[in-house]
Amino acid sequence: MRTRVNPGRVVAWACLIVLMLLTLFPFYWMIRTALSNNTQLAGHPGSLLPVETTLGAFKRVLGLSTVAEAQAQGGSGASVNFWLYLRNSLVVATVTTVCQVFFSAMAAYAFARLRWPGRDKVFALFLAALMVPPIFTTLPNFVLIKNLGLLNSFAGIILPSAFMTPFAIFFLRQFFLGISRELEEAAMIDGAGHRRIFFGMIIPMSAAPITTLAILTYINSWNDYFWPLLVGQQEQVRVLTVALGIFRSQTPQGSPDWAGLMAATLIAALPMILLFLAFARRITNSIGFSGIK
Amino acid sequence: MTTTTSTPDGVRPKRRRYGDLKVAMIFLAPATLGFVVFYIWPTLRGAYLSFTEYSLLSAPEFNGLDNYDRMLHDSFFWNALLVTVEYVVINIGLQTVLAVGIAMLMYRLTQSITVRAVILAPYLVANVVVALVWYWMLDFQIGIVNQGLTWIGIDPVAFFGDSHWAIPTVAGINVWRHMGYTALLVFAGLQTIPKYVYEAAEVDGASEMKTFWRITLPLLRPVMVMVLVVTMIGSFQIFDTVAVTTQGGPVNATRVIYYYIYERAFTRFDFGYASAMAMVLFAILAIVSLLQLRLLRAKESDLS
Repeated sequence: MRTRVNPGRVVAWACLIVLMLLTLFPFYWMIRTALSNNTQLAGHPGSLLPVETTLGAFKRVLGLSTVAEAQAQGGSGASVNFWLYLRNSLVVATVTTVCQVFFSAMAAYAFARLRWPGRDKVFALFLAALMVPPIFTTLPNFVLIKNLGLLNSFAGIILPSAFMTPFAIFFLRQFFLGISRELEEAAMIDGAGHRRIFFGMIIPMSAAPITTLAILTYINSWNDYFWPLLVGQQEQVRVLTVALGIFRSQTPQGSPDWAGLMAATLIAALPMILLFLAFARRITNSIGFSGIK
Repeated sequence: MTTTTSTPDGVRPKRRRYGDLKVAMIFLAPATLGFVVFYIWPTLRGAYLSFTEYSLLSAPEFNGLDNYDRMLHDSFFWNALLVTVEYVVINIGLQTVLAVGIAMLMYRLTQSITVRAVILAPYLVANVVVALVWYWMLDFQIGIVNQGLTWIGIDPVAFFGDSHWAIPTVAGINVWRHMGYTALLVFAGLQTIPKYVYEAAEVDGASEMKTFWRITLPLLRPVMVMVLVVTMIGSFQIFDTVAVTTQGGPVNATRVIYYYIYERAFTRFDFGYASAMAMVLFAILAIVSLLQLRLLRAKESDLS
């Protein structure tokens, strides 16, 4: 086929570029606003560049400016403990990811590589849990966590998702199924037990899908709002998403600290944006999998 | 799956079978613990709580079908359902069309990972962040969107403040966040359609549009069903965006079912009633996905 400039292709490219700009613009606007001086923002709402470029909003959010400075720039002056929330998000997302991926991998091994009576039925039961909408289990889980005295603790936030998700098990099982049995047999003849096979063979051979799953789990956990909102309201365990919601409701209704708010959202989103930049190929390629198997 | 288990003697498979059960129990123990404690048990308990009056302060009191009866007469509940359905329809309609469009564009134009990554980017940012950014961009006074509207001579719109606009606005925000993800699912589906089908269509002189409607879309059906089920189940559970932006307002216009359940349970401690509503939501989602699977004959592809 000859490649030639055909009008259809030009229009199609134009559409795609417009859609990509539409996708990226809010990110740009977040940066533009975060770098602006909040008191001047209202005067130049349409300016495509930051208004009176300053790092004031970031300083304000990170608690690096005094109350007087913050108020002068249109901030509320209320202290925002961003480093603490950042740490909390790190703790929650990291522990959740490590535990969930590891335990799910163990379960996936049992479902993919071991033979035992009732295996497929148990697996079907695990999968069926995907059907239950989260809110339905969230209410009783809240009661349970409350009764266990774990409200406002990291354990309370992490526990429900620490052991497994049906999706994680399903995802890893698919990959474990594909590993050839001969290798396993050979290892067994050499005297390897299941523990050695699991840690020494299956896990290293599945490093790629395990990494992908870990990244997806990390992003989900970092972005989660509902559960930490219910269980982790208190400051010492408050994660970034919950903090952002509170920050938003605390900003004065008349002239909100938009620059500060955007600086805060940017800082909250930045780790995930960086993670995505580092693993873009892996993440985008995994999307098709979750649907098409 | 390979089934070439070597069996040097007749006894070994049986012994292995038994041995595997023990090992399997060890490997499954943590996941099963989590599954039973945080999935199975709460599902059963949630069903039970829906038949009780429970304020979290004292033990739940069984009250039969009272909660369900109350729901029938609760205009807020019906409003919440209606608003949710409105949201779901707008969200899914817009998202599906845009996603298929983007997927087709990518399929015909480029395999570039960069393009795919850009399209996916919003999906990786927290709902809360997305909600806040759009809350700012759609601000009535100084939001950039209203600035743009003013430039082209349209009156500013109170996106979150006007009860007619609030739900379409929330739906639009979530379309922005999810369309890339959905597009990538469709894109993956497009790649599974064999080239020869298109070549045959070209030989027959079928037009671009005809090829899309008669070949691409029907062959995409299994993927589309999956996409529809996933997005429908997801969009019935809209919460974060509402919680951060409108909090149900203006005047109940965005009090979607998830948010109403949340309010009942956690601000009024009406846990039994909230559970009953969650139960109804559960039933609706189950029916919707069954219907979709049946109507669209999910397992069959027109290729086979």
